[in-house]
Amino acid sequence: MENDRRADGRVPPAAGSGPKADADLARRLDSLSRSLDAEQREHEAAAAPRRTDTRGFSLGIRLASEFVAAIVVGAAIGWGLDKLAGTTPWGMIGFLLLGFAAGVLNVMRSAEKMATIETKPDTGPDED
Amino acid sequence: MAEAAQADSVDPIHQFAINDIVTFGEIGGVKIAFTNSALFMVIVVALIAAFLLLTTSGRGLVPSRLQSMAEISYEFVANMLRESAGTEGMRFFPFVFSLFMFVLFANLIGMVPYFFTVTSHIIITFAMAMTVFLTVIIYGFWRNGLGFLKLFVPQGVPGVLLPLIVAIEVLSFLSRPISLSVRLFANMLAGHITLKVFAGFVISLSAFGAAGFLGAVIPLALTVALTALEFLVAFLQAYVFAILTCMYLNDAIHPSH
Repeated sequence: MENDRRADGRVPPAAGSGPKADADLARRLDSLSRSLDAEQREHEAAAAPRRTDTRGFSLGIRLASEFVAAIVVGAAIGWGLDKLAGTTPWGMIGFLLLGFAAGVLNVMRSAEKMATIETKPDTGPDED
Repeated sequence: MAEAAQADSVDPIHQFAINDIVTFGEIGGVKIAFTNSALFMVIVVALIAAFLLLTTSGRGLVPSRLQSMAEISYEFVANMLRESAGTEGMRFFPFVFSLFMFVLFANLIGMVPYFFTVTSHIIITFAMAMTVFLTVIIYGFWRNGLGFLKLFVPQGVPGVLLPLIVAIEVLSFLSRPISLSVRLFANMLAGHITLKVFAGFVISLSAFGAAGFLGAVIPLALTVALTALEFLVAFLQAYVFAILTCMYLNDAIHPSH
């Protein structure tokens, strides 16, 4: 406190006018914006992981439904093909297997996506 | 929902019944009516509009508490979109923000006793999921042309396996609207049924005199806990719906794997 006041008292006569004052002002503005930037970055780094962290509950539901949906779609396509082409039961068998594979792919992909978002929160998966 | 009021009918499915409020006659054998579902959709939209208009009417440079609520919801969705679809994805911001707010408000409104939960009907969640799906397909082809099909062809796959891989990729793509809609619908439906069943236990048990009254404490406590969980689920499902929309839109913008 006392130091600050003494510094304040000393600055005005020295920096009262002229280009020296401008340079001083620019320097101080620069350091202020730098410290604000640093604080903002710190703040974002602290906030980002928390945002994805609490979603563990949704993660499970999400993976389960991704898996089931692919199987359902595979079965539906196979059944429809069988109806149209009369190839019962081969279409259904084939597309169920494909649907199962697609379900595993879905789960792997979304788990991978979630992992990348969690590990590098500020960059994001811009290229994958 | 509606713990105390269902002494006469403890039917857990009854809350999802759709009733006509005003009927406008028929078109091609399909009844056109303004139902309770439509009424609650109007209420949800009106509430969102009122919330955003009223809270931002001050236009303070330093936001008031209410204004910062609107700003937080904006920034939440904007960050989500930027993180998963890049800055180019921001052109879809109005779409994603509308979806997020609609699902969130519909879920939260459904938590009020006696209110109808719009998102507990699969036709509504499926309609929203198909909107997302078709947006991805149409925008993907419009922007990338046939390059959008690269989405189904991963790089570095030997030629023999390619037909199989492409079939699996297409199936995986087609399963998106299903998983997106079923997840939201099933969560809301199951949550509300569970709440109703546990609340129903309180009433049935308390019919057995003093011992029943003591026993009813357990389902009552569970109902309270489940209500809190349902509020969490209401927010979480809106979040999941929105972030998956962002990821799918990312595929439309950058179709290469």
